[in-house]
Amino acid sequence: MSQLQENAKPLLSVRGLTLDIPLASGTLHAVRGIDFDLHKGETLCIVGESGSGKSLTSLAIMGLLEKNIRRSAQTLDFDGVDLIGASKRQMRTLRGNRIAMIFQEPMTSLNPAYTIGDQLVEALRLHRKVSNEEARARAVELLEKVGITAAASRLGQYPHQLSGGLRQRVVIAMALMCEPELIIADEPTTALDVTIQAQILSLLVDLTKEMDVAMILITHDLGVVARVADKVGVMYAGALVETGPASEVFGAPMHPYTRGLLHCIPQPGKTKRGEKLGTIPGIVPSLIGEVQGCAFRTRCPHVVEACRGEIPERGTPPHEFLCVHADGARAAEGEPA
Amino acid sequence: MALQPTIDPLLEEISGPTPRQILRKRVRGHMGLLFGLGVVLLLVVVAILAPVLAPHDPYLQDLGNRMVKPIFMGGTWEHPLGTDHLGRDYLSRLIYGARVSLLIGGVAALISGVIGTAMGVAAGFFGGKVDAVVTFLINVRLAMPVVLVALAVVAIMGGSLQVVIGVLGLLLWDRFAVVMRASTLQVRQREYVSAAQAIGASTPRVILSEIMPNIVNNLIVIVTLEMAHAILLEAALSFLGLGVQPPTPSWGLMVSEGKNMMLFEPWLVLIPGVVLFVLVLAINLMGDGLRDVTAPESRS
Amino acid sequence: MSAPVLELKNVAKTYRVKQGLFGKPKPLKAVNDVSLKLGRGEVLGLVGESGCGKSTLAKILLGLEAPTEGQVLVDGDAIGGQDRLALAKRIQPIFQDPYSSLNPRKTISDIVSLPLRVHGVGDAESRAKAVRETLELVGLPARVLNTYPSQMSGGQRQRVAIARALIMRPEIVICDEPTSALDVSVQSQILNLLNDLRDDFGLTYLFISHDLAVIEHLATRVAVMYLGRIVEEADVEELFATPRHPYTRALLNSVLTPDPSQGVPDTQLGAAYPNPISPPSGCHFHPRCPFAQAECKAKAPRPIPTASGHVECHLHDPESTMYRENLSV
Repeated sequence: MSQLQENAKPLLSVRGLTLDIPLASGTLHAVRGIDFDLHKGETLCIVGESGSGKSLTSLAIMGLLEKNIRRSAQTLDFDGVDLIGASKRQMRTLRGNRIAMIFQEPMTSLNPAYTIGDQLVEALRLHRKVSNEEARARAVELLEKVGITAAASRLGQYPHQLSGGLRQRVVIAMALMCEPELIIADEPTTALDVTIQAQILSLLVDLTKEMDVAMILITHDLGVVARVADKVGVMYAGALVETGPASEVFGAPMHPYTRGLLHCIPQPGKTKRGEKLGTIPGIVPSLIGEVQGCAFRTRCPHVVEACRGEIPERGTPPHEFLCVHADGARAAEGEPA
Repeated sequence: MALQPTIDPLLEEISGPTPRQILRKRVRGHMGLLFGLGVVLLLVVVAILAPVLAPHDPYLQDLGNRMVKPIFMGGTWEHPLGTDHLGRDYLSRLIYGARVSLLIGGVAALISGVIGTAMGVAAGFFGGKVDAVVTFLINVRLAMPVVLVALAVVAIMGGSLQVVIGVLGLLLWDRFAVVMRASTLQVRQREYVSAAQAIGASTPRVILSEIMPNIVNNLIVIVTLEMAHAILLEAALSFLGLGVQPPTPSWGLMVSEGKNMMLFEPWLVLIPGVVLFVLVLAINLMGDGLRDVTAPESRS
Repeated sequence: MSAPVLELKNVAKTYRVKQGLFGKPKPLKAVNDVSLKLGRGEVLGLVGESGCGKSTLAKILLGLEAPTEGQVLVDGDAIGGQDRLALAKRIQPIFQDPYSSLNPRKTISDIVSLPLRVHGVGDAESRAKAVRETLELVGLPARVLNTYPSQMSGGQRQRVAIARALIMRPEIVICDEPTSALDVSVQSQILNLLNDLRDDFGLTYLFISHDLAVIEHLATRVAVMYLGRIVEEADVEELFATPRHPYTRALLNSVLTPDPSQGVPDTQLGAAYPNPISPPSGCHFHPRCPFAQAECKAKAPRPIPTASGHVECHLHDPESTMYRENLSV
């Protein structure tokens, strides 16, 4: 990111986003006060395991949460629009228009009863006053852009006639119909084969750069994060425990959880074949009821008494992390500080 | 919450509720199920204890005391629900009538349940030709109007409790077959079925111990629905004079016998009608409730 | 290589697929003339895209599907002649989804002891002992015995599935994507466990995975499958050092190592995966292959032996005109 953009007003600004789900057994604190900024054209990857709250975060920005989930934040600002206070009507004009979403399973966003063409046209005409012909022309243009051959003839096809990879391309094309400023992609390639995954990811990266679209990509796959992200947010038990530029988070991971995750996956060249992989013992703690201190302390090899208390924010922007250890216990693991 | 780093990670969090605990909790919070179950159980007890509970012989005619009004219309405690056009005690007939309704509902649902479940599970598990044959039979069965066929058979064979049970039992298996086929198809895809087969388990074993326990909740729901269905059909047949024959006390028959006097003595129709309504409602509430409480847990 | 514990000879499985209501059934070659040898203690990684036939191959090995052609040999015995019980003692599966592979209505003790009961091994007491020992082996405490799968986490469930697979002490374990439904931190625990168990019991694995980093870490041999055929097979070192088939190269290219200095790779695989009912002529891979020439469309490549395996590609066939061009590349 250029210095200019760093200082410019962010496109999306999130401060203290909190999501609470009331359950019979108490309140589930699914997301606990997360902060991040996203600038135009930037890609933020939120990585975390199941139950970390990463998908809920994306739905919260879109205003698509289930009714029983309580959302609060000091700031949830999209280009001057306060998303917390926005009316349903305002949200509808934003969704699919200025903010688009791509889900893991393309069939959830495609209606099996309508042709691809109809759905693409509908996506545009919902928000823009354009003629059917103009909309169709734009649909063909975008289908070609996402690498679909014979685009014009595809317009009459139904979603079930396409392969999974093609469907996800159509979904991406649909997300781009209204030239959104922000795309939220929730595990967009998890349901796809590895070769198709690479194609879809490079498509997303190229398109967001070309069209200067900001993207939040939610994934559990560290490989995807490393290759796609400008900025990384590592999420654990509802909190962003480490945020920073991808090169720094992967080059010098500060939070013990981030390092633990990286040790868990076999890395060709780094991990010896057949050697024991690193593990993170234990499981994610229950987030029901009052959560105090660092949620990772139950699994952290460097736990100390102070982990039960207030956890200070460490590091210097843009690379920050939450840990009682000033160096995130890097020295204790023999890593250069 | 445990604050120490765990030494043995696997020792924790195997503390979720057992399926039985979940079931108990769900049952306790389900008003419809509790009401339905309560009413049905009450009526079962009443039917079983009919000889003890009934104040009079349900067949005993007393032509001097015909159409005595029930207690809430100014009658006496001698006949709390009055007497019918032959002077028989209405409460006693109602109590004995519960036997007929529950017997017909229960046995007809049992017979059709066995037929339909066998067909549905076979079709869902084996697929192919078996499935084609079963699907064809289901379609044939669905093309037959139940009431008309039942009327025709009863008209030919003569109405009696056994004939009504038999006819309904042989006619009401379609929903069992359809639902069991669909449930089996679904469960068959699960990997634990493949795992049992890969272990070398025989086909009957796979069906009985891997498939059945996972579709039995659907089965129970259909049983209740078909019980209610059979009870209503029996009442309809008896009302038309083609079901249970007089003087056997049956609710449908009581409505039929009372209908001539309906304008002057509406309670003759209302009392058996309301009881029938309450029983069918209770059975349906019970079925709905059972489906709710036995529904598989969603993944957290 | 020692005498193969598992051998596939020209195994094929053809389904007949009906298209439309009145369409004539068309043959779908899910597995097409596959031959493989696997020595004791080896781990064969089987990779390929969804629909390439790797799961069908696993089902054939487990005796859940009969091959339409060819033979599967375990320790030299054709398993076509063995009954399912005898086969089950030697080959056991671990499935992908631990939420689907355990019967939700059974306790852990019931699930793990099922193989013993099916095979009539021992009495209730010795079975209970065996269950406890096997659970300990996979790192589960004895107090899970009377719990139900719904009370456990994904990783714990997968340990139960492993215990069930191992209680009969099989020789071969078919692992069908055993970690892809699990979280990263749990995945590494399961992989470590599988590796340890292999060392301790001399197990042979057929390890199906879409994650090439995992395959490279665990496997000793790798087979790459495309549209029912094994297009390349080699020792893991050779395959990852010198991938020969263009499809293997594309697969290796598409591995996303967590290296932020690299971008998303270009796999150069243009078209989508073909419809297996009407596979492309000649080499099935030619519509997606960046090196395809007329010959690839016309003629199916034959298996060419390599240092430790084989490859099916005209680029590596000395008799092909493309061979010389390949040398110059």
